Amino acid sequence: MNDTKLVMQARGLVKRYGQVTALDGADFELRAGEILAVIGDNGAGKSSLIKALSGATVPDEGEILLDGRPVQFRTPMDARRAGIECCYQDLAVAPAMTIAENLFLGRELRRPGPAGSLLRMLDKKKMLEIAVQRMADLKVGIRSMTQAVETLSGGQRQCVAVARAAAFAEHVVILDEPTAALGVKEGNMVLELIRRVRDKGLPVILISHNMPHVFEIADRIHVARLGRRAAILDPKKISMSDTVAVMTGALPPEQIPAECLAH
Amino acid sequence: MRFIPTALAAALFAVAGTAAAQAQPVIGLITKTETNPFFVKMKEGAAEAAKAKGAKLLSGAGKADGDNAGQVTAMENMIAAGAKTILITPSDSKAIIPAIKKAREKGVLVIALDSPTDPADATDALFATDNYKAGELIGQYARAALAGKPAKIVTLDLFPGHPVGAQRHNGFLKGFGLAAPDAKSNELGKAPEVVCMAESFGDRAKGQTAMENCLQKAPEVNLVYTINEPAAAGAYNALKKAGKEKNVVIVSVDGGCQGIKDVGAGVIAATSQQYPLKMAAMGVEAGVEYAKTGKKPSGYTDTGVTLIAAKPMPGVDSKDVKTGTDLCWGGK
Amino acid sequence: MKLPPIGQLGPFIALLIACAIFGATTERFLTGENFSLILQQVMVVGVIAIGQTLIILTAGIDLSCGMVMALGSIVMTKFAADLGLPAPLAILAGIGVTALFGLANGLLVTRIKLPPFIVTLGTLNIAFAITQLYSNAQTVTEVPAMMTWLGNTFSLAGTNVAYGTVLMIALYLGTWFWLRETAAGRHVYAVGNNPEATRLVGIPTDRVLLGVYVLAGVFYGIASLLAVSRTGVGDPNAGQTENLDAITAVVLGGTSLFGGRGVILGTLIGAVVVGVLRNGLTLMGVSSVYQVLITGILVILAVAIDQLSRKGGR
Repeated sequence: MNDTKLVMQARGLVKRYGQVTALDGADFELRAGEILAVIGDNGAGKSSLIKALSGATVPDEGEILLDGRPVQFRTPMDARRAGIECCYQDLAVAPAMTIAENLFLGRELRRPGPAGSLLRMLDKKKMLEIAVQRMADLKVGIRSMTQAVETLSGGQRQCVAVARAAAFAEHVVILDEPTAALGVKEGNMVLELIRRVRDKGLPVILISHNMPHVFEIADRIHVARLGRRAAILDPKKISMSDTVAVMTGALPPEQIPAECLAH
Repeated sequence: MRFIPTALAAALFAVAGTAAAQAQPVIGLITKTETNPFFVKMKEGAAEAAKAKGAKLLSGAGKADGDNAGQVTAMENMIAAGAKTILITPSDSKAIIPAIKKAREKGVLVIALDSPTDPADATDALFATDNYKAGELIGQYARAALAGKPAKIVTLDLFPGHPVGAQRHNGFLKGFGLAAPDAKSNELGKAPEVVCMAESFGDRAKGQTAMENCLQKAPEVNLVYTINEPAAAGAYNALKKAGKEKNVVIVSVDGGCQGIKDVGAGVIAATSQQYPLKMAAMGVEAGVEYAKTGKKPSGYTDTGVTLIAAKPMPGVDSKDVKTGTDLCWGGK
Repeated sequence: MKLPPIGQLGPFIALLIACAIFGATTERFLTGENFSLILQQVMVVGVIAIGQTLIILTAGIDLSCGMVMALGSIVMTKFAADLGLPAPLAILAGIGVTALFGLANGLLVTRIKLPPFIVTLGTLNIAFAITQLYSNAQTVTEVPAMMTWLGNTFSLAGTNVAYGTVLMIALYLGTWFWLRETAAGRHVYAVGNNPEATRLVGIPTDRVLLGVYVLAGVFYGIASLLAVSRTGVGDPNAGQTENLDAITAVVLGGTSLFGGRGVILGTLIGAVVVGVLRNGLTLMGVSSVYQVLITGILVILAVAIDQLSRKGGR
C-alpha cells in the first residue's frame, strides 16, 4: 500500500433523492500532490460525489475526512473555509468585471484603517497586485488584470477560473469539466495550468468526460459506477478502451488485471 | 288540485309583468377615469339624480385617460345588465364610435357628456361645457384687468391636438380681442402678443416647469392663460419664486373647489366655472324620460359656464367667490 | 486615468451638443440662472432615477417608482396636516412608506421569484390606488415650512441655487462612490452581470437584491420630499410620468437594461439632457412634441450604442 498522505477521504457516502439513490455507499481517497480524475457515465454518481465533497449537498450517511479529521459541510462556504475550492463548469465569472475583480469576487480586500472600516473602501491596488502575482506564479499568460473577462478567449477565461480556485485553495482544488468546449490549443493551455497547480502542492480532483485529457494529466483515475466507486485505475498501465469498459460495466472490476489498479 | 300550481304560476307571472311594466330605468354612466375629482362629482350628481327619479345607476370608467377599451367593456357590460341609456365622457373621441353605434342599434340612448365624439353626431346628444365660451369669458376679463397695458401673454396649454385644450386657448384669444381660430379648430392659435406657449399637461408640477421656462424666455410677461387650475397653481408658484406674482394676471378654467379657493386667495384672478354635476343630472333626466316616453334628446346642450372672479371688472359680468364656492365641485 | 468607453461618453456628448445648439439660438439659455432652474426641474426625477439605476443594474426594473413617490408625498403631507405630526417625523413616515414598498417589491422578486416587471406593474397600481384613496383625490395644501425648505435657494456666485439640487448632486456622488469603491456596491454589479456566479462564489444574492429594492424605496421617499418642496403641496396626481421618465434617464445615461453595466453619473446626465431639451425647446418657441420625438431618438441611439460597443469588445 502506498503510504502517501491522504488529504481527503470519504467512506460509505449515501445520498438519496426521493426514490433515486444517487450515492450508494461511495468511497473516495485523494492523495497529497496528485491529480485524481473522477470519471463515470451519466447517473453514475460522480456529480453527487463531488457535490458532497464540496459542500453543495449534505450526504444522508457516511463520513468525510480532511487530513484525517472528520468534517461536516453544510454549505459550500463551509467547504471553502476548510480550504476546498471548486471551479464550476459554467465558470462563475461576471463577464463585465475585470479579471482582478473576478478573482476576489466574494472575498474582496478592504483598505487598512478608517477608509476600510468606516467607509468600507476596497483596496483595489492590493487586489490587483495579488492578482498579477498569483497569475504569474501559475504562468497564466494574460497581459492585463484590469481587462474585462468577456474580452478573453474561452481558454483564457477557463484559466482565470482555474487560477481563482487555485489562488485561494489551501487544501484541495476541484475542477468540473475544465476543458469542455475548448479547442485543442486552448485545452492544452488549461491542462498545463492544472499541472502547475499540482506542482505547487495542491491536489486536484478533476471531473472530465474527455478521456485523452484524463490520460494526459491524471495520476490516478477514480471510476464511479452505480453510486459507488468501481475502481481506481493507473492511467499508465491501463488502456483507454479498457477504462471506458470499466465505466460502462462491460469490464467488471473483479476482472481488471492487478497491475492496472492504482493503490 | 292540479289547478293550484298553474294558478299560482299565472298569478306570479301577472305580478312580475306589472312590475316589469313599472321597472326601474337603468342608466349607465361611463367616465374617463374613476379618480379625477371632476368625474367623481359627475358620478355623485348622477347618483343623486337617479335616486331622486327612481332610476338605477350603473357606473364605470376606463383605467386612465385614453383607455378606450375599458370604456367599451363597461358599455357592453352595462347594456347586458339592462341599461337603456348610456352617458359617456369619451376618452378617445373617434375610437369609441363603433361601440356607440352598436349600442344605438340596440335601441340604447347614448349621450356624450363634457367632450364630444368625433363626429359629434355619433351620439344622440351632447351635454357639455362650451369650452370656447369658457375661454372667451376669461379672455374678456383679462383684457379688462390689463386696462390697456400692452399684453405679454404666456399660454400654458394641455398638450397638442386635444380639442378641449384648443377650444379654451382659442376662445381666450378671441375673448381678449385677438384674431383666433374658431371653435371647430384643433390648432392652438398664435398671436404676436403671445410671447411663449408651453405644455402643462394640466399638471401642477409640469405647469410650474412650463412657467419657469417661459419666464426665462419672456420675463416681461404680465398675463398667463392656463388650461386648468392645477396648472395655474403651478404657474403661480413659479412666478412667486421669481418674485413676479404681483405683476402677473393668471386666468384659468374649471371651477373646482380648490381652484375657487385659489381665486379667493388671489392666486388666480378669474376662472370659468363648469358644472359636471349638472351634466350628469341632465343626463339622468334624459335617460329617465327616454325610459318612460321613448323621447330622445338631440343636439348640443350647453351646461353652462360662469365667470368667477374676486375682483369684478367693468364691462365684464362675473360672479363672486362665494357663488363660486357654493357651486364648486371636488372636495370643499 | 483611462478615458471611459464611447458608450459612457455618449450622454455627455449629447448634452454638450444640445447646450451648444440652444446657446447659439436663444438668448437666455447659457446663464447660471437658467441652469439652476433646469436642475430644479429635474431634481425629482433625478433622485428617483438613482433608485431606478440600482435596480436596473441588477437586471431588474421598477415601474412603480413614480407612484410610490406620489404616495410618499401624500403620506408625509397628510401626516403633518391631519395627524399633526411634527414635520421631521412626518417626513420619516413618508420615506418609511416608500421604503416599505421597496421591501415589498424586493420580497416578491427574491422570495416568490416573480419577474420585477410584473411585480412592479402590480405595486404601481396598488400605490396609485392607495394614494388616491388616502388623499381622497385632493391636493394637500397645508404643508409645514420644513418640508418646503429644500425648495429654497441660496446665492452662489451670483446665481440662486436650490438646496434640493445640492442634495440631488450629493446623493449622486455618494451613490457613485458606494458603487465604485465598496464591496457591497461591486456586488450589485456582479448580481446583475451573472447572478448564478455570485451565488456560487458565496455572495448572498437575494440579500443584495432585497437591499437594492429597499434602498431604491428610500430614494423614492427623498424624491417625494423634493416634490413637495418644489410645488409646495402634496399632489396625489404627481408621479404619473415619472415612472417612464426615470427609466428614460437611466437608459440615456448608458446603463444597460440587461444589468451589470453602467455608471450612475450617466443617469444624472440623462436626466439633465431631458430637462435641457424641454427648457431649450421652450426658449426656442418649438412645440414640446419635438422634445418627445428627440428623446425617443436619443433613447434608441443610447441602447444601440451600448449594444454595438459591447459587441466590438468581444
